[in-house]
Amino acid sequence: MSQSENAIRLRDLGRDYGERPALDGVGLELPAGSSLAVLGPNGSGKSTLLRVLASLLRPSRGEVSVLGCSLPREAWKLRGQIGYLGHEPLLYEDLTGRENLEFQARLYGLPAAEARQRIESDLELLGMGRRADYRVSDYSAGMKQRIAICRAVLHRPALLLLDEPDSNLDPEGREAARALIGRPDELRWESEADRPVTRVAVSHDPEKARAEADQVLELTIGGAPVARRAVA
Amino acid sequence: MKSARMTPFRQALGAIVLKDLRTELRTMRSLPAMVLFAVTTFVIFRFGLDRTALSGSLASGVIWTTLLFAAVLGINRIFLPEREEGGFDAFRLAPVDRPVLFVAKAAVLFLYLVVLEVVVVPVFAVFFLQEWSGLVPLVVILLATNLGFAALGTLISSMAVNSRARDLLVPLLLLPLVVPLMIAATGATSHLLDAGGPSYDKFGTWLLVLGLYDGIFCLVGYAVFEFLLED
Repeated sequence: MSQSENAIRLRDLGRDYGERPALDGVGLELPAGSSLAVLGPNGSGKSTLLRVLASLLRPSRGEVSVLGCSLPREAWKLRGQIGYLGHEPLLYEDLTGRENLEFQARLYGLPAAEARQRIESDLELLGMGRRADYRVSDYSAGMKQRIAICRAVLHRPALLLLDEPDSNLDPEGREAARALIGRPDELRWESEADRPVTRVAVSHDPEKARAEADQVLELTIGGAPVARRAVA
Repeated sequence: MKSARMTPFRQALGAIVLKDLRTELRTMRSLPAMVLFAVTTFVIFRFGLDRTALSGSLASGVIWTTLLFAAVLGINRIFLPEREEGGFDAFRLAPVDRPVLFVAKAAVLFLYLVVLEVVVVPVFAVFFLQEWSGLVPLVVILLATNLGFAALGTLISSMAVNSRARDLLVPLLLLPLVVPLMIAATGATSHLLDAGGPSYDKFGTWLLVLGLYDGIFCLVGYAVFEFLLED
């Protein structure tokens, strides 16, 4: 996939929970290597959109293409190419932070030496090097978020899907996290898939989101069609 | 577009099994409860039946009733970390064939049952058996039945884990389906625990039934697990 191709293409995407539409009529074209901010009030379907893009939820209607894969039909092709950071850290509470990352590395088939090196450098970047051997159940919410960020990018994905990535992080943590989940041009790693990293981030801070993103997608409550505008 | 490189089956299997065993060794959430339940049940049988020795079908019934309900405790918990800590989502995003999770969880459950039996079958023998020579061939029946428990239990647990009523759902779905397995296990065991020493009457037939049951539920679990993980 070249830079000019779309990493994400949505046409009239809808997703219902029972009879209630969480998303309706969402359209978007996001070039590979660019950054999208998703804005909207609580309950407007931001997290649902991210889960659909991650192939964790099936769309109820419309067309969804992510990294050239048509969802849900070709969802299996996406496995291993998405870095997903949701509201839940997706960490096992009874393992240490480092054990969680080692488990993730084995699950993604990373060579042991490379995995070790990445884990150490990412933990150091986020200031978790010395605290990585505590159990996750003993971590504060911010520490969990830092380990979850390491987990999301450990396999060097082509698409980052971030649901309020700054939540629970202190200012120092937010700054440090930019090297791993910031704008594509800020990242200190490259995608393993030999393609530019595309970033989609849900935010509740419109000014910051507009400043950081190439495109902004604004969702509204009730699944009404969305307003979208590009940022210069 | 080229799809991502898939992690080899054995590597992913090893990762999940090691993770689960490490967690269990650290927290002891399942095995102690299973062992305690089984030993307590033997004590109750010992005093409830008011007998110091059991043999034949009664001995077989006591041991398999106890093992079945102890197994349910483990089956109930086998997917709990995946549900409560987001492991299902993490697994669905990974470049891993979905049935790996089924095989890994069934393997972990199988190991739990083996550990349970290593502890409680000798307790059963001390409490109730005068003739111990049937315990050696019983190992074959225990292993064959464990495989059926593990396959069916993993399948049922994965279906029930997302329900708030999972503690009720697991036995409700599991117990009717496990009846053929229990009939074969008790049928094979009763002759092994005869008072005069083990006899092998219909042993091969019961073993064949156990093997068929194991094969069916291993295949069904492997085949349908991908769909059970879907949204």
